[in-house]
Amino acid sequence: MTVALDAAAGSVPVLASALASGTATASAFDVLTTRHSYVAFALLLCIGIYMMIANPHLVKKIIGLNLFQTAIFLLFITSAYVEGGAIPIVPEGAAETGTFVSPLPHVIVLTAIVVGVSLTAVGLALCIRIYDEYGTLRTDVLRELLRDEGSLPQRPAIGGTDRGETDE
Amino acid sequence: MSDVLLPVAVAVPIVAATLPIALGLKYERAGWPVAAAATTVLAGLTAAIGLEVARDGAFSHALGTYEPPIGIELVADELSVAVLVLVAAVSLATLPFARVAGPRGNSFYSGYLLLVGGLTGLVLTGDLFNMFVFLEIVGISTYALIAADRSGASAYASLKYLVVGTVGASLYLLGVGYAFLATGTLNMLDMQVQIVEQASYADPLIRASYALIVAGLGLKIAVFPIHAWQPDAYQRAPDAVTTIVAALVSTASAYALIRVSYTVFTVDFLAANDAITTVMLTVAGASILAGSALAAVQSDLKRMFAYSSVAQFGMIVAAVALANETALLGGIVHLIGHGLLKFGLFLGAGLLALGYGARELDDLASAARSAPYTAGAIVLLGLGLVGIPPSIGFLGKWYIGVGAVESSMGGGSAGIAIAAVIFVSTLFTLSYVARVIERFYFAGVGIPDGHGEGDEHGAAGHDDGDHAGVAADGGRESSAEGVASGSEAESDGPLTPVVDAPRSRFVPDRVSSAPLAILILAALTTVALGFGGYALFEWFDPFLTEVFA
Repeated sequence: MTVALDAAAGSVPVLASALASGTATASAFDVLTTRHSYVAFALLLCIGIYMMIANPHLVKKIIGLNLFQTAIFLLFITSAYVEGGAIPIVPEGAAETGTFVSPLPHVIVLTAIVVGVSLTAVGLALCIRIYDEYGTLRTDVLRELLRDEGSLPQRPAIGGTDRGETDE
Repeated sequence: MSDVLLPVAVAVPIVAATLPIALGLKYERAGWPVAAAATTVLAGLTAAIGLEVARDGAFSHALGTYEPPIGIELVADELSVAVLVLVAAVSLATLPFARVAGPRGNSFYSGYLLLVGGLTGLVLTGDLFNMFVFLEIVGISTYALIAADRSGASAYASLKYLVVGTVGASLYLLGVGYAFLATGTLNMLDMQVQIVEQASYADPLIRASYALIVAGLGLKIAVFPIHAWQPDAYQRAPDAVTTIVAALVSTASAYALIRVSYTVFTVDFLAANDAITTVMLTVAGASILAGSALAAVQSDLKRMFAYSSVAQFGMIVAAVALANETALLGGIVHLIGHGLLKFGLFLGAGLLALGYGARELDDLASAARSAPYTAGAIVLLGLGLVGIPPSIGFLGKWYIGVGAVESSMGGGSAGIAIAAVIFVSTLFTLSYVARVIERFYFAGVGIPDGHGEGDEHGAAGHDDGDHAGVAADGGRESSAEGVASGSEAESDGPLTPVVDAPRSRFVPDRVSSAPLAILILAALTTVALGFGGYALFEWFDPFLTEVFA
């Protein structure tokens, strides 16, 4: 009797998990179709990070940085979307009924965009100076040049002596 | 209405930041006086805010008359006042050195004031998104200042910092976004309440939010696996910039971490999420060990101190993750103490570089002979960094260590492991500070050059004193002689010729004596604060009891 009950009790979670997995596949599809901006957010974030890490070109790193930030803006904007929501401006004398959209995320994104633009400006200014000095924007070439110049002497010494201290 | 002090303290440096450029159209050298005036005013405001907090406890100001949960709030409590005092003191004290060492130009001082304003705002704000904005103001002005000497190497170091720092700030923003989605508020105190009411400490959104914030601030603080930007940035930056950046920027980020961890997420959240604190402790432990070990193998003074910062901030992160009262007190004391110590050490290294053109430890053999004051102050600060008792460096480490052991009392080995790691790191620190002492005081005994040149410059009698002192017990004595002979700068000339010939005109006497006096004052302050341990405990007690209530 108890065994049967246990079995029954055991079968319930199995059923439940089967159901859940059924709905999970369905919801994964749902997410792709109805929550596509969240998917875009995750994708942009990953592409941005990947570009920053993998691309040796400094300007492309900055582009990656911008993608990364844009992804975060997208998250804020998406989360602030309300079905049928109105702009939160109530004209004088009008009725204060209906759904309004919270303005806070939009304000945050506006501020963050300004911050992002100024960061890009500083980054590009630094790129110009690096290009003027070394004539390249590729990090691998830059590292070689800096090492030859003596500005990066410690690197080979720490990471094992792969090229030795020839300048001494 | 004393709460108006808070917005004024933020506004003064930021508004003043526009003046050097505006006045620069007419006056060539407007930057320094404006910066000096603004930071002096900030110091005065800080003193007033500190007195107010000491008298009546924490107070706040609602910006633009919008009340807190919706509007932005500026808050001064014991913790923020302590960091604010550090910000005001260091930003004022760096200026005399910046005047001597450069970079010159009005735009440098604009960036400098912007940095100070950003730091002030970061310390005072009571709003999570506002904190992001100030974090980025601090970030942008730091990137600009690091590249302020217009060399290619510093631009590259700065760009590296820019990319990493922006990712850090963006991760912080993402974390704040998650928390905002979960609670619908951005005010710190309100969010503390709303996290419990609308979500829970086990809510994945809240957990992810805290993890992202910690990761983002960790990038800015420069803990071990993600510290790679920091040594390059500190080493390549102009000396005056390194002095303020090393003392304040990472410190402010660590302050943000403490503030977010304890005011927004609270101790209960940390206690409920062992996985997060374990990761933090692991990272902190790795940071402490790796930072100390890497510092010990460096030959460049600035780079050595930069890696040492990685280790010290590892301790502070560990103190945050341990989440007990003693450890947090230690973390805060170490935060302030480390800021002061690194200010002094980088100032000393900068002065030596300016006077002798020597940045490598090997080039600084017997520096104590020709620069007894500077060398003596650096050694005093270095010993504080090791944690020799009458210094604030000891207090912070001690409390963190005791807190770590305390947290292991109820079982669990993490605390003991952290205490052990701190002990090992102290040995490493001793090893590199001892190398500095050895270089400064004992290394150059047999080297004739430098000393010979000193003969020509110094008066005969004074020089004999130096000889006797060095021969007898290597340095301590000669340092005393140097004190007796008057200003350090006059015995300066020799060691090696100064690299930048036009700047060397500023080295003698009159100009370099101000930063030197500040260096000595900083060294003495660290010792004095070490004696004031109980006063520090009393000062932070209201904050700690509120947090651990």
